Amino acid sequence: MVRAVSILYATILYGFIFLPVAVLVLFSFQGTLFPIPPFNGPSLRWYEAVLGDERLTAGLLNSILVAVVTSAIATFLGFLSAWGFARFPLPGSAFLRGLITLPLTVSYLIIGMGLLIFFNWIGLPKSLVAAGIGHVVINLPLCFAIIYSQMGDHQANIERAARDLGAREWQVLTLVTAPMLWPALFASFFLAMTFSWDEFVIAFLLTRFDTTLPVEIWNLLRAGLNPKTNAVGALVFGVSIILAILFELVAFRKRAA
Amino acid sequence: MTALAAAEHISHQFGPVTVLDDVSLTIAGGSYTVLLGPSGSGKTTLLSILGGFLHPARGRVLINGVDCTGMTPARRPTATVFQDYALFPHMSIGANVGFGLRMKGVAKGSRETRARDMLAIVGLAQSFDKKPHQLSGGQRQRVALARALVVEPAVLLLDEPLGALDLKLRRQMQDELKAIQKQVGTAFVHVTHDQEEAMALADHCVVMNQGRIEDEGTPERVYAQPATRFSATFMGESTLISGEVTSVTGNAISINTAFGTLPIIATAEEGAKVTLAIRPEHLRLIRDSRSISFGSAEVTAVIFQGSFKRVVAVSNTLSGPTFVAKIPATHEVAVGDTVTPCCHIENLLLLTK
Amino acid sequence: MNASTQNRIGWASVTPAVLWTLVFFCVPFVAMAVASLYPKGADGLSLANYTQFFANPSYWRALTNSLEVTAMVTVISVLLAYPFAWILAFVVPERWQRLALMLAVLPFWTSYVVRSYSWLLVLAEKGVVNSALVNIGLLAEPIQLANTRGATIIGFVHFFVMLLTLTIFANLKQLSPNYAKAAADLGASPLQSFIHVILPLTLPGIMVGTFLTFVLAIGDYITPQILGGNNELLMPQLIMMQIGRRGDFASASALSIILMAVVTVAYFACARWLKIERA
Repeated sequence: MVRAVSILYATILYGFIFLPVAVLVLFSFQGTLFPIPPFNGPSLRWYEAVLGDERLTAGLLNSILVAVVTSAIATFLGFLSAWGFARFPLPGSAFLRGLITLPLTVSYLIIGMGLLIFFNWIGLPKSLVAAGIGHVVINLPLCFAIIYSQMGDHQANIERAARDLGAREWQVLTLVTAPMLWPALFASFFLAMTFSWDEFVIAFLLTRFDTTLPVEIWNLLRAGLNPKTNAVGALVFGVSIILAILFELVAFRKRAA
Repeated sequence: MTALAAAEHISHQFGPVTVLDDVSLTIAGGSYTVLLGPSGSGKTTLLSILGGFLHPARGRVLINGVDCTGMTPARRPTATVFQDYALFPHMSIGANVGFGLRMKGVAKGSRETRARDMLAIVGLAQSFDKKPHQLSGGQRQRVALARALVVEPAVLLLDEPLGALDLKLRRQMQDELKAIQKQVGTAFVHVTHDQEEAMALADHCVVMNQGRIEDEGTPERVYAQPATRFSATFMGESTLISGEVTSVTGNAISINTAFGTLPIIATAEEGAKVTLAIRPEHLRLIRDSRSISFGSAEVTAVIFQGSFKRVVAVSNTLSGPTFVAKIPATHEVAVGDTVTPCCHIENLLLLTK
Repeated sequence: MNASTQNRIGWASVTPAVLWTLVFFCVPFVAMAVASLYPKGADGLSLANYTQFFANPSYWRALTNSLEVTAMVTVISVLLAYPFAWILAFVVPERWQRLALMLAVLPFWTSYVVRSYSWLLVLAEKGVVNSALVNIGLLAEPIQLANTRGATIIGFVHFFVMLLTLTIFANLKQLSPNYAKAAADLGASPLQSFIHVILPLTLPGIMVGTFLTFVLAIGDYITPQILGGNNELLMPQLIMMQIGRRGDFASASALSIILMAVVTVAYFACARWLKIERA
């Protein structure tokens, strides 16, 4: 009885969760001009249109660039600060840790608004750099929180052992702490990358000519329902899933080891 | 004492692994039964089957003469003290102890009274309103005990209840457990891998290994007359000397060993491969006229343990055993010394399994 | 290593992150607050942007719309996600759980913009749902599904059901199975065990998920803009409109600060709740 109800419920929810994605992917193969029933296809014409669209391909490259660079910065700063707070008794530590995690509770829209006005004021033009700075702001607290939570006393003892054996502080950090925390570092880098990759409103507010893929997709939407949008959406979905599977495999292997 | 509960011909597998192989066990009313064995011996599985958390592939469980094999944990007259205690962290100690009564629909006033009484028995009358995280490990253990006892189970099941405590606290809790058990009179079934704990607590000690019961009886009997080699080494240490029965005359037998032929009063079949076990407190390192001698041996370790010294010595005889002896602390012996292990003939234990 | 070297290394490692947060988060926030006090077209300091918010019913309406939509989204999402997470954690066999969970959050991996767009495909006048309903004869002609509050809510719920399923699942799995066993052992029925033990133990996790849902939903521009259209405005749409159509940064700043104040109030409401649970 419980089983039957459970299976029914799960099926309905899976249906709800997959309905839009299924429609998106199906009509990306639409042969005609509108991604609405009836389905005519399959056709790859819209994928050709996407790959031939220089703005979209440029947006794709920009997105990858921004995601990789900002995630690396956020992970690095998050790791350094997590290590500092976990290992050294600093005055005002609790307050400063609170400060670093504060952006987590603020909407991206507000962070973007603040940066827009601030950059306007100091004269930094709208650009990928400006958006990238915003992406580090939203991802730093996340990276910090993930890495800080993984720094236990157990690791502190291993670090002490390394120091005892003659390692200098930078050697402890690079040879012991970072490798030991590799799963946390990897997780935070990957998570930051997905957030940056998917982020719209900050990039929308802070870029102008060179922009990221979500903003380019947004520009496409102004043309209304269009199978080209389906195609680009399906491509992004495919790439993301491949990345997610890779993440699973790497994280899994780490855990099994 | 009458049989209160029984497990009959229990077998169970986890996938391809047989964890219990035709195990039968009887639990007497008011008794303290300890299931002793190494990890993987099946003792915890047996406990889970008694508690109803697992249904055995074969065999049945009887409690008060009723077949409980298919009964859910909620319905059978057992209660379990979990290894991690599983105290509900969001409830007060009083609410934890009263939980079982609440589920039975006992009114609030009366369940609080009973919870308080039970907390008093375990020595935690003051902690009624506290939360589990405010208590120490030993106190949580006692709350778990009170929570299980208050529902008045016919059999109380304890899964390595002292495993999470440090050694000193563990010895102290042992005494308390025993005292509480005598006071409430409920039959306890207690799983442990600690043989000292087993000897201290058990009325009935069950030694398990590889899904089977190796030996059971009073701890005194199991220690003095172990039934198997495993039992002789797991329940206390032993020096083991293997041999073969060469002749049987009446109840006197001769056993051929690396140290020559030894005469023993026991029953065995001629030609049987047997083992002679010697408890460490019976092994001497200096020969006297009444002793049977086991050649010479070289001392490899001397561990001072306060009231005695534990000495390990390797036999100089080909395929001879490793000797373990407990000798008076005043006895002078050092690593590298040559000693002559020996024992009185009545202290040789014959093991046929 | 002496104490002062220790201190120096400690400060050196935390300073970059602290500075980044100060310069690119705190200072911009202050800049925004200052900007909000200099209304467009007025000279000098004025609270006009704030008074206007309370005076202009269409602005006030945006906030109440936002709160209504967010509250509905949060409640519906939790109610849908909890049983789903429970099924994944306790009904699905152990070896399939990872796969089942991955499938349940798979559409996470579509781009946020694309996800809302996909719902537009589903809900459009000639979209899948309307076509299907007309074809099987349930509807004589298409009804309006897109550009409604309902569409916004569906889009949001779709996202947050996945998010909450993930957090609640993690919560359920990290509970020691002995809690449920102990409850059953002491005579609790599965329902009693759920109400008295499992639910209270997962409540803090649910509150975290609820708060996250609230914060992310109330500040999101994309979903209401794509699915709700401009028939009724939510706060983020109003803010973007100030910048986009009117170039009024001061007013947008004031609205952002008001939105943030609302989130802060929600945060403290939740934080207090969580503390009570933990004590």
